Amino acid sequence: MTAYCVVCIPFYATRNTQQSEIDMSLSVPDLNLRIITPALVVAISAMVVLLGELVTPVPRKRWLGYISLLGLIVASGAAIGLWGASTTAFRGMVIADNFGLFLTLTILVGAALSILLSIDFVQAHDLDQGEYYALLLASVAGMIVMATATDLIVVFLGLELLSLPLYILAAFQRKSAASLEAGLKYFLLGAFSSAFFLYGIALIYGATGTTNLARIAASASSEMLLIGAGLVLVGFAFKVALVPFHWWTPDVYEGAPTTITAFMSVGVKAAAFGAFFRVFLVALPALAVDWRAVLAVVAVLTMTLGNVAALLQANIKRMLAYSSIAHAGYILIALVAMGQSGASSALFYLLAYTVMNLGAFGAVIALSDGARERLEIGDFGGAARAHPLVAAAMAICLLSLAGFPPFAGFIGKFLIFSAAVQNGWTWLAIVGVLNSLISAYFYLRPVVAMYMSEPVAGWDKTRVAPSAVAIALFLAVAAVIALGVFPSPVLWHTY
Amino acid sequence: MPFNLPSVLIALPLLGALILLFIPRRYERAMRFFAAFVTFAAFAVSVFVFTSFRATAEMQFVERVAWIPQLGISWYVGVDGLSILLVMLTTFLMVIAIGGSWVGITERVKEYHIFFLALEAAMIGVFVSLDLFLFYVFWEFTLIPMAFLIGVWGHGRRVYAAIKFILFTMLGSTLMLVAILVLVFANRDMTGTLTFALTDILKTPVPFGLQGILFAAFALAFAIKVPMFPFHTWLPDAHVEAPTAGSVILAGVLLKMGTYGFIRFNLPLFPLAAQGFAPLLIALALIGIIYGAIVSIVQKDIKSLVAFSSVSHLGFVMLGLFAFNAQGISGGILQMVNHGLSTGALFLLVGMLYERRHTRLIADFGGVAQVMPIYAAFFLIVMFSSVGLPGLNGFVGEFLILVGAFKANVWYAAFAATGVVLSAIYLLWMYQRVMNGPITNDANKNLRDLSPREIALLVALIVFIVWIGVYPRAFLDPIQASVMSLLTVVR
Repeated sequence: MTAYCVVCIPFYATRNTQQSEIDMSLSVPDLNLRIITPALVVAISAMVVLLGELVTPVPRKRWLGYISLLGLIVASGAAIGLWGASTTAFRGMVIADNFGLFLTLTILVGAALSILLSIDFVQAHDLDQGEYYALLLASVAGMIVMATATDLIVVFLGLELLSLPLYILAAFQRKSAASLEAGLKYFLLGAFSSAFFLYGIALIYGATGTTNLARIAASASSEMLLIGAGLVLVGFAFKVALVPFHWWTPDVYEGAPTTITAFMSVGVKAAAFGAFFRVFLVALPALAVDWRAVLAVVAVLTMTLGNVAALLQANIKRMLAYSSIAHAGYILIALVAMGQSGASSALFYLLAYTVMNLGAFGAVIALSDGARERLEIGDFGGAARAHPLVAAAMAICLLSLAGFPPFAGFIGKFLIFSAAVQNGWTWLAIVGVLNSLISAYFYLRPVVAMYMSEPVAGWDKTRVAPSAVAIALFLAVAAVIALGVFPSPVLWHTY
Repeated sequence: MPFNLPSVLIALPLLGALILLFIPRRYERAMRFFAAFVTFAAFAVSVFVFTSFRATAEMQFVERVAWIPQLGISWYVGVDGLSILLVMLTTFLMVIAIGGSWVGITERVKEYHIFFLALEAAMIGVFVSLDLFLFYVFWEFTLIPMAFLIGVWGHGRRVYAAIKFILFTMLGSTLMLVAILVLVFANRDMTGTLTFALTDILKTPVPFGLQGILFAAFALAFAIKVPMFPFHTWLPDAHVEAPTAGSVILAGVLLKMGTYGFIRFNLPLFPLAAQGFAPLLIALALIGIIYGAIVSIVQKDIKSLVAFSSVSHLGFVMLGLFAFNAQGISGGILQMVNHGLSTGALFLLVGMLYERRHTRLIADFGGVAQVMPIYAAFFLIVMFSSVGLPGLNGFVGEFLILVGAFKANVWYAAFAATGVVLSAIYLLWMYQRVMNGPITNDANKNLRDLSPREIALLVALIVFIVWIGVYPRAFLDPIQASVMSLLTVVR
C-alpha cells in the first residue's frame, strides 16, 4: 500500500496544474490511480499468478487458485474503501461512483465464487492451471474497467479486455470438440460485435466530437448519433445476449468448461449491463424516446424466447444458457423503466443473479463425479436421496431463479417490476410476470428429477463434494436466502 | 405482552422446521413427536389468541416493524374477526395432519415434517399479514412445500398434479403482484407516501377507473385458489394425488386462502368494482355449486368425489360473501371453517381406508360397516356434517348463506338450495355403496377397525363439528363486529 502511494504522489502533484488546461489535446491526464485500485489489484494478481506458475511445482498448483482468490479479496477491500468517493479520474474517463463500485463488488463476488468452484474442476479435467487463473483474472479486470468507464473508448477497452481471455477460456478444454467449437464461435461472433460497437463509437464521435459520456449528453442529437447509438446497442446486445443477437449463447455455454460458463454467465452480464446502463442513461437520455421503445420490444422478445426455448432443453447447461437470455430480458426492463428505481433494481438483480446462478452451476459441479459430469436433466434423478444437501442447494437456487419468495430472485424481480410499474411500463411488467410463470416450469424440472423421480444409476452416496466447491455452494445459498429475507441492508447501497 | 402472538404463530413452526433439519435421519419417531409437539403448541397459542380476542372490529395483536423501508414494506401482522377463525382452523388441522400421517408416511419422514411445518408458517402468515408485500410472500411460499408434499409423497400422477398446482396458482398470483404494484403506486401518487400496508392504503379510496381492473386481477388469483368454476381443473388432480394429510390441509386451509383473499382485499379495497362484479361471481358460484355436485355423483373414486364436492361447497362460501349482507358474510366465514373441518375429516377417513386396502374405488368396497363399525359410525357423522344436517356445523353455515342469498335475490337461494339436495345424493349414495350391503369383496373381510390414534383424531374433529352445530354463537360473536364494519365499506 505504501509503495503504491509513493508511486502516485508525483501524479497527484501534477494533477492540479493540469486542471485548467483539461481540454487541451496533449495535456497529461489526471492519473488518480486510487480510483482504479480494484482493477489494478486484479490485473497485478493475474501477472503474479502467471509468473507464479513458472516456479510452482505441479502438485502445488492449487495454490495459484488461492492466490487468485486473495487478489480478489484485496480488490474487494479496495472497492469497499472507495465507497462513496464518487470521483472521476483520467480526465473523466473512469469513475468510482457507487453504481460502478456495486457492480465491481458483484463482479468480484462472482469471480471469487467461480474460482472456488474451479480449483478442483481444473485439476479433475487436467487443465493448465496457471493460464486458467491468469486469464480469468484478466477478464475480471476488464469487467471492472467496463463497469466503471465513463468514456466510450474505455468501455471498449474493458469490453475487449474481458472478452479476449474468455474466448480462450471457452476453448480451454483442448481435447473436447464442443469446447473448441464454443471458443471459436464465441470469438468470431464476439469480434463481429466488437466491430459493430467500435463503428458505433466512431459515428457517435463523428456526431458529437467526443467519446465522453457526459459530454455526449450535452451535445445536440442528430441522425448520426442515433445510428451510432443503434450500433453501440448491437454491441451490448451481443455481450448480454439479447434477442436477436443471442445465437452464440447456448452453444458457447454448453461447450465451454462448466466453471467458465458459470463465471461468464454472471460476470459478463454485470459488466456489460453496467456499461449499457451508463451509456444509455448518462450519454443518451435525449434519445430515450427512441431507445426505450426499441428496448421494450427487445425485452419482450428476449424474455419470451429465452424462457420458451429453455422449456425444450434436455441439457442443463443449455437450459441455463437460455435462462440467462431470459434474465437479460428482465434486467432490460429496468433499463427501459429508467430513473433511480430502474438502475438500483438492476444492481440488486445482477447481484442476486450472480449468487443464484453460480449456486445452480455450483450444484451441477458438485454433483459430477470428478471428470464425469452429469449434464442431462434426467441424470439428476434421485439426487435428493444420494446427496440431500447439494440437491437442496440446487433446488433453492433454481426456485430463486424462478422468482419464488423468500429467495433473492424474487426480490430482484419484484424491484424490477415495481420500477416498471412506477415509471408507467405496467404492460412490460405484466409480460415479465407471465414470463416468470413460464420459467417456473423449466426450473422445476431438475427439482422434480432430484426429488420426485426414480433414482438413476451411479450415485455414490459416500462421495462428498470437494471442500472448495462446498464452501462456494454454501456461500451462494446463504446469500440467496439472506438477500431474499433481508434485502434492506443491500438496498441502502443501491438506492 | 413481550411477544407478538401472530408473529409467534409464524415463527414457531419455522423454528420447528429448522430444528428438524438438525435431527439425524434415523430418529423418525422422535421427529414425529417433535412435529406433533410444535403443531400442538401452535394450536395452544392460537386458542389463547382466540380466547383473549375482543369482539370488536379493530385489528388486534398488531405488530408493525419496518422490513424493507426503502419501499415502505413492513412486517405488519394482526388478527381481526375475518382472520381469527381461519388461524385457529389452520393450527387445528395441522395437528390433525401430523397425527394423520403417523403410520401412513414411512419414507423421507424428516423432509415430510419440515415441509409441513414450513407450510403451516406460510399459511398462518397469509391469514395474519396486513402488508400486501408480506401477504404476497406468504401466499407464494405456500406453493413450494405443498408442491413437494404432493410430488414426493403423493400417489399415481403426483408430479403432474404438483406442477399443475404450482402453475395454475402462479398464473393468478403473478398478475396479482402487478396489481399490488399498480395499487401501491397509485396510492403513492395520491397520498405522497409509498406504503404496502393495507390499513394505510384503505384510508384513500382507490380511483374508480382502476377498481375494475385491479379487482379482476386480485379476483383471478383468489378464484383460482378457491377454486371457482372455470378455474377448478387443478383441484381434482392435486387432491386425488396428494397424500392424505396433504389433502386435509389443501382442502381445509389452502382453498380458504382464496375466499379469505376476497374478503380481506377485494371487498374493502374495491367496493365499487365488487358491486359490479358480484352478479358474475355469484353466477360462477352457483354454477360451481351445481356442477361440482353433479360431477361428484358420478365419481368412481371416493377421494375424487370428496375433491369435487369441495368445488360445490366453496361455491356456497362465495355465494355468501357476495350476498353483501351480514348473514351471508358471517355464514361464508363460518362455512370456510365448517368445510375445513368436515372435508378435512372426510379426506382423513378416505385415507384411513386407503391405508388398509390401497384402493379408493367405490366398486371395490361394500359392507365395510360390518367389519369396521366404529369407522362407519364416524364416517356417518362427518358425512352428515358435510350434507348439512341440523345440529352439526354444516347446517349453520349453509343456513346463514341461504338466508343471505335469499335476501339478496330469491333465485340465488333457489339455485343454491338444489346444491344441498345434490350433496345429500352423492354422499349418501357413496356411503350406501361402500358401507352397507353384504361384503362383496373378500379382501374387505379382514379389515381392522380404527386404532386409538385414529379415533382420537376423529373425536377431536367431531367435537368442533358438534360444537359449532349446537352453539355457533361461540364462533359467530367474535367475528360479528368485523363483518359489520366490512359491510359498511362495501355498501
